[in-house]
Amino acid sequence: MKIYVPRDAAAKALGAERVVKAIEAEIAERGIDATIVRNGTRGMIWLEPLVEIETSEGRVGYGPVTPADVKAIFEGDSDKALGNVEEIPFFAQQNRLTFARVGKTDPLSMADYEAHGGLSGLRRALTLTGDQLIDEMKTSGLRGRGGAGFPTGIKWDTVRRAQAEQKYIVCNADEGDSGTFADRMIMEGDPFTLIEGMVIAGLTVGATKGYVYIRSEYPDAIEVMSAACAIARDHGLLGNVMGSGNSFDIEVRVGAGAYVCGEETSLLNSLEGKRGTVRAKPPLPALQGFMGRPTVVNNVISLATVPVIFEKGGQHYADFGLGRSKGTMPIQIAGNVKFGGLFETAFGMPLGDLVNKIGGGTASGRPVKAVQVGGPLGAYMPVSKFDTPFGYEEFDGQGGLIGHAGIVVFDDTADMLGMARFAMEFCAVESCGKCTPCRIGAVRGVETIDRIAQGDGEAVELLTDLCETMKDGSLCALGGFTPYPVMSALQNFPEEFAGVKEAAE
Amino acid sequence: MNVVTPLPSQDDIKDIIARHSQLEGPLLPILHDIQSQFGHVPQMAVQVLADALNIGRAEVHGVISFYHDFRDAPAGRHVVKICRAEACQSVGANALADHALNKLGGEWHMTTPNGNITVEPVYCLGLCACGPAVMVDGQLEGRVDNERIDEILTECGA
Ligand SMILES: Cc1cc2nc3c(=O)[nH]c(=O)nc-3n(C[C@H](O)[C@H](O)[C@H](O)COP(=O)(O)O)c2cc1C
Ligand code: SF4
Ligand code: FES
Repeated sequence: MKIYVPRDAAAKALGAERVVKAIEAEIAERGIDATIVRNGTRGMIWLEPLVEIETSEGRVGYGPVTPADVKAIFEGDSDKALGNVEEIPFFAQQNRLTFARVGKTDPLSMADYEAHGGLSGLRRALTLTGDQLIDEMKTSGLRGRGGAGFPTGIKWDTVRRAQAEQKYIVCNADEGDSGTFADRMIMEGDPFTLIEGMVIAGLTVGATKGYVYIRSEYPDAIEVMSAACAIARDHGLLGNVMGSGNSFDIEVRVGAGAYVCGEETSLLNSLEGKRGTVRAKPPLPALQGFMGRPTVVNNVISLATVPVIFEKGGQHYADFGLGRSKGTMPIQIAGNVKFGGLFETAFGMPLGDLVNKIGGGTASGRPVKAVQVGGPLGAYMPVSKFDTPFGYEEFDGQGGLIGHAGIVVFDDTADMLGMARFAMEFCAVESCGKCTPCRIGAVRGVETIDRIAQGDGEAVELLTDLCETMKDGSLCALGGFTPYPVMSALQNFPEEFAGVKEAAE
Repeated sequence: MNVVTPLPSQDDIKDIIARHSQLEGPLLPILHDIQSQFGHVPQMAVQVLADALNIGRAEVHGVISFYHDFRDAPAGRHVVKICRAEACQSVGANALADHALNKLGGEWHMTTPNGNITVEPVYCLGLCACGPAVMVDGQLEGRVDNERIDEILTECGA
């Protein structure tokens, strides 16, 4: 008998370890032959801890499970029974390419990984020439999943063409955006796919060394990635790659609690052991990156999607999606939402469907007021924009951005002036300090919003001007995009910025 | 629980540096190691680091002060981090934090007078579909309400 209990941080944060103890005790008491596998999460967080039992009819789920539920599960009369987990609508409706194995396999079993398609992308990549590797990436249409959406194939080509003794692959696992956890889930649930993607990137551009820079707020991801790298070395995935004579190795590095270190040049400074200030571009990291050498910097999801592109073909991947947003996106539905979690789907689904049909509306049962898409630098989208299809250009056209694809749902009790103030405060706390509009502007922004809250209507114009200055005068998107949440809150909910003054009139 | 550790000697710091000397850009891994062993990065380490890595004291200090994680003085015996980011706010994180800080009678970054608890803000723990989220001495917890934070603070010796 095989019993699955996720080791994912969200499952643990909801009590998975206590459930494991209860299951172990029950197994011992019954004297049955059973093993507990610590899988990744299926991404249905409202059901965590989600326990699965392997049966002849597939994997049957129970959730959310508490220690008190365990006995009934073994008796076969649990009221937490969910049936076959893969038939739960939230799961069944997805197109899981990047997350194909997450939740199914033991994240640290190489045998499981290979049995579910792992390493076939790399085996194929090892038979291709450099030009063919780049062509496959370009055909896939994959764009950077870290937020900026830059075509991955073009970035790799630049690094491949650069001449240098040493090149690097740096995986950006700083995932600081509120409302996002896809990077964390894949590192905890299928770490070998990220390793395989980095190996293929190394082969393509001629890099032999990779770094995974993981934020310190992710202790579980750090543990699983580090363990996975050691196992990958033992199995010859790292080192002399599959005995091919190509060498590649990976080191895991830990951030130190600075949001701005997710910005690629700040991250490179941090990896070098410096303050995480943003570097001016040019030079591009592709030409002068880590230690001044040509470096691919890619998000976790970008790199973890590479194996399936080589396994199934770039065209197969590109056949999903909408317009220039090709393939699938692991969308993270978060905040005040009934069915929160990770939903991987082809680009193109309207925002409102994601929030209401997939997410089931708010957890509080109150009406949705707005959603913030793309993290703390993303716009607040009101319900009137819910027909916007999920895609890079489509969101841009509506004054928003998809970023790393986190959707944070707010109900009608949300205080939009408070959220605008928070956006400025966050920018002030996390600014790297290099440019004045960001460093000083964000502090002024908080003060100005406080004036509006006190009824000073004229400060609204000041806030608008300040946002213009930050947009135009900031070196990176921290200062440059903080105006998105601020101005979208102001423009879509102007009555909340009229404040005390109007109420008094 | 952060055990009270004696201050490191110069040799302790040199040992930690030596363990990382083969790395490219070793400073952050070294600082993490010093902090995990001694609970903070003491002032005396700055000169040792500057000498060993051949950089200025000001540069070492600049790095330590840039990152929110590194402390130049020990924290309380338990560190409670409460997520303040947007997804947790949408499910009541502000009220939760106010409740905890009121109960302890202080502000963010406070340490209780008995030295048992330090409270820090954190901006997202990746538990955004099961907030409000907290991290207590490195252990994560989701869907924390007032009642649960009271329990946590009591367990930590508030
Ligand atoms: C303030 C700021 C924070 C960022 N944080 C992240 C992050 O946490 N993870 C990430 O992959 N990219 C982040 N980015 C984007 C990176 O600078 C960069 O575009 C990305 O890592 C490139 O990889 P990709 O092309 O695969 O997306 C951030 C950018 C800015 C301006
Ligand atoms: S916008 Fe802010 S975070 Fe970005 S470089 Fe300028 S000061 Fe640094
Ligand atoms: S916003 Fe609190 S865990 Fe992500």
